Amino acid sequence: MAAAVGSSAMAAALAQRTPAVGPSGAKAPVRRPCAAVRASQRATVVAGAQKREMMMWEALREGLDEEMERDPTVCLMGEDVGHYGGSYKVSSGLYKKYGEMRLLDTPICENGFMGMGVGAAMTGLRPIVEGMNMGFLLLAFNQISNNCGMLHYTSGGQYKVPMVIRGPGGVGRQLGAEHSQRLESYFQSIPGVQLVAVSTVANAKALLKSAIRSDNPIIFFEHVLLYNVKGEVHAGDFCQSLERAEIVREGTDVTIFCYSRMRYVVMQAVAELEKQGYNPEVVDLISLKPFDMETISKSIKKTRRAIIVEECMKTGGIGASLSAVIHESLFNELDHEVLRLSSQDVPTSYAYELEAATIVQPEKVVQAVHKVCGARGLVSA
Amino acid sequence: MLTRASVALRACSAARGARALAAAAAASPPPPLSPGTAGGEQPPSGAPASAAASPTAADDRMDFPGGSVPFSRSPAWVGGAFSPRAPLPCYRTLDASGREVPGAAVPHPLSREVAVKMYETMVRLQTADTIFYEAQRQGRFSFYMTSSGEEATAIGSAAALSPDDVVFSQYREQGVIMYRGFTLLDMANQCFGNMHEQGRGRQMPIHYGSRALNFHTISSTLTTQLPHAVGAAYALKLDKRDAVAVAYFGDGAASEGDFHAALNFAATLGAPVIFVCRNNGWAISTPATDQYRGDGIAGRGPGYGVATLRVDGGDAIAVYNATAEARRVALEQQAPVLLEAMSYRSGHHSTSDDSSRYRAAEEMRQWRARDPVARFQRWLVDQGWWDDAADAAARQAARREVIQALEAAQKAPKPPLSSMFEDVYAEMPWHLEAQQRQVMAHVAAHPDACPADIPVK
Repeated sequence: MAAAVGSSAMAAALAQRTPAVGPSGAKAPVRRPCAAVRASQRATVVAGAQKREMMMWEALREGLDEEMERDPTVCLMGEDVGHYGGSYKVSSGLYKKYGEMRLLDTPICENGFMGMGVGAAMTGLRPIVEGMNMGFLLLAFNQISNNCGMLHYTSGGQYKVPMVIRGPGGVGRQLGAEHSQRLESYFQSIPGVQLVAVSTVANAKALLKSAIRSDNPIIFFEHVLLYNVKGEVHAGDFCQSLERAEIVREGTDVTIFCYSRMRYVVMQAVAELEKQGYNPEVVDLISLKPFDMETISKSIKKTRRAIIVEECMKTGGIGASLSAVIHESLFNELDHEVLRLSSQDVPTSYAYELEAATIVQPEKVVQAVHKVCGARGLVSA
Repeated sequence: MLTRASVALRACSAARGARALAAAAAASPPPPLSPGTAGGEQPPSGAPASAAASPTAADDRMDFPGGSVPFSRSPAWVGGAFSPRAPLPCYRTLDASGREVPGAAVPHPLSREVAVKMYETMVRLQTADTIFYEAQRQGRFSFYMTSSGEEATAIGSAAALSPDDVVFSQYREQGVIMYRGFTLLDMANQCFGNMHEQGRGRQMPIHYGSRALNFHTISSTLTTQLPHAVGAAYALKLDKRDAVAVAYFGDGAASEGDFHAALNFAATLGAPVIFVCRNNGWAISTPATDQYRGDGIAGRGPGYGVATLRVDGGDAIAVYNATAEARRVALEQQAPVLLEAMSYRSGHHSTSDDSSRYRAAEEMRQWRARDPVARFQRWLVDQGWWDDAADAAARQAARREVIQALEAAQKAPKPPLSSMFEDVYAEMPWHLEAQQRQVMAHVAAHPDACPADIPVK
């Protein structure tokens, strides 16, 4: 079954995909118990005026606020999300506006509040479950895999589980092994869940809004080092497709695929590569499941070379499955085998130098481009 | 009474825990003394004299972020081998033979209509269990679980619920979904996994689920349904609905972490959930004596601040009344309630089990002599609402209906091959479309690859 997907088959599949979500909003509203209230609330959504600059945590908070305002079935639950406002301030102050019931502080038990989210989602709510750290969500893996991902299927489509599981992941600054996990691939193989990794202020807000409106369970990866990144948010009630990659930089020599914080590592490398006369294309995957094969294949057909830069582990990582699908479906389009730059297959160390050596640094990206494209410009082979 | 602490809606964070604990403390008896410690008023020997100075009012209690508790001068242990407490009593209204227990409280008397519907459902359940079990033994489908010995727990509780109440069950509560309207044909369709079944052939037999009947699809992983019930109750509470969530589980399932989390979450949130534990004495081959050391499952309820009642699970009237009261308390107090229904798994764990290997024939014989259906039948006859002729007719009709249901369900086509890619997501993503196309291309090229009773599309 997992045999090669022919590119023509894939093109046909892609052609039937739902169109990207634009500023006008996501899917048609689904009637649920509180639909009457929601319809009236929807009218209160006011388009914002200008693009505004803020930090990522503020953008996430604004997206959450807007969705809670337009839909009274949206609620947030987890540890310290109410009065405390979330460990990374994403729900800061919102309990004053929406009350403690919708910003629900729960006791500490990840599998417990994850299960509660699943039950609430099947009973008409759109819960967002915050993991204080993505690593801790391994304690909720049973609910995520056996229940959240499966119940829509095993119930024969009777029960949808429209929930968002979000929180900080990735390698931070000297947080030790358990707080510095790269778990994307753990979740990638679970049938029924969709994976999204945000990277900028604009996409964090716009993707969170779409994730909340989606009828699928979405695992929404924020990065612990990106909450204070500054940038502009889109004006108005802007949603972004959960299934689309972003072209960060157009180029012709090689496509560098990345996601989450690695986007910044790659762009640091690109600044150096530009000086050396290279013109790489950079694609932020955004959707880690399913991959946006339309954007991926278009880019590879143009550049004929691919490098994947990820924070995930090399063995069984996101890059492993992406490179497999590229080799299976685009083999004849490639002039070079796909290169993967991943974290080492070790737990993340606390010691700064070891931690830095565990994850991909910009120099590695520069070297990989040299390898794939050949030396040129200022660089000697 | 303890759960009054959890009734109050969540308010300002500082006051929240303190109020809960103060209320719990107010309702609790004073802490018992350790049997090994004589005279709680005396300071322990060897304590410095200053420690015995008469306390001021401010020194009487330990105030802390979670509440306030009185100080004690003796290291008074409680629980374990110290101060063992009498077990919580078990509420019943009928004796083992089905005669009314004199003076038993029956706050919610059964009407003739409800009582007869309960009994008729029991007859259908017993008949279905017997014949479905045999059908599995004949190899007609892969797996089955009977609920013999626990019919009164399932049906007595189901009768006390409203159709708006949201049910999450384990796997031995088919009586509940039957009482709600799931037909014998629905059950047979599910066990055969045919195209008419609500779950579209995706779960092993007895994993029923019906959104129309507010009965959530069963998961095999034990106890995961308890946090779901808390989440559902939270949704009902937010929506101010006049309904509760109900979670069924066994004594073995109560050892899972999800049990503890669910009770604690429901208590702190003030979630209207009825937790119904069927303590049937056996978790496959593990007896309840190896499953816990405390006073059963009910003994845990007060520790979580949850109103708790132990009930005779073989007494349909007691279970009905306990559940009706639980529902009233859960709704009025916006708080969880724990029921422990004491019963016995008269059958094997499942068709994959032979319980004669690990439990005594005498034990099984004694429990079967207290058959819950016979007890309830006796009571119905005593009311003049039922007789032998009605019983024979009901059993004959049930038998005919079960056999017809099995035959019809076996003949029905299986869900089409193409449907296996549906419902993974709300809309089918490209990678599943591609896999679906590959499978369809494969069976088109190799028609023998797809069994004759499975339609391709």
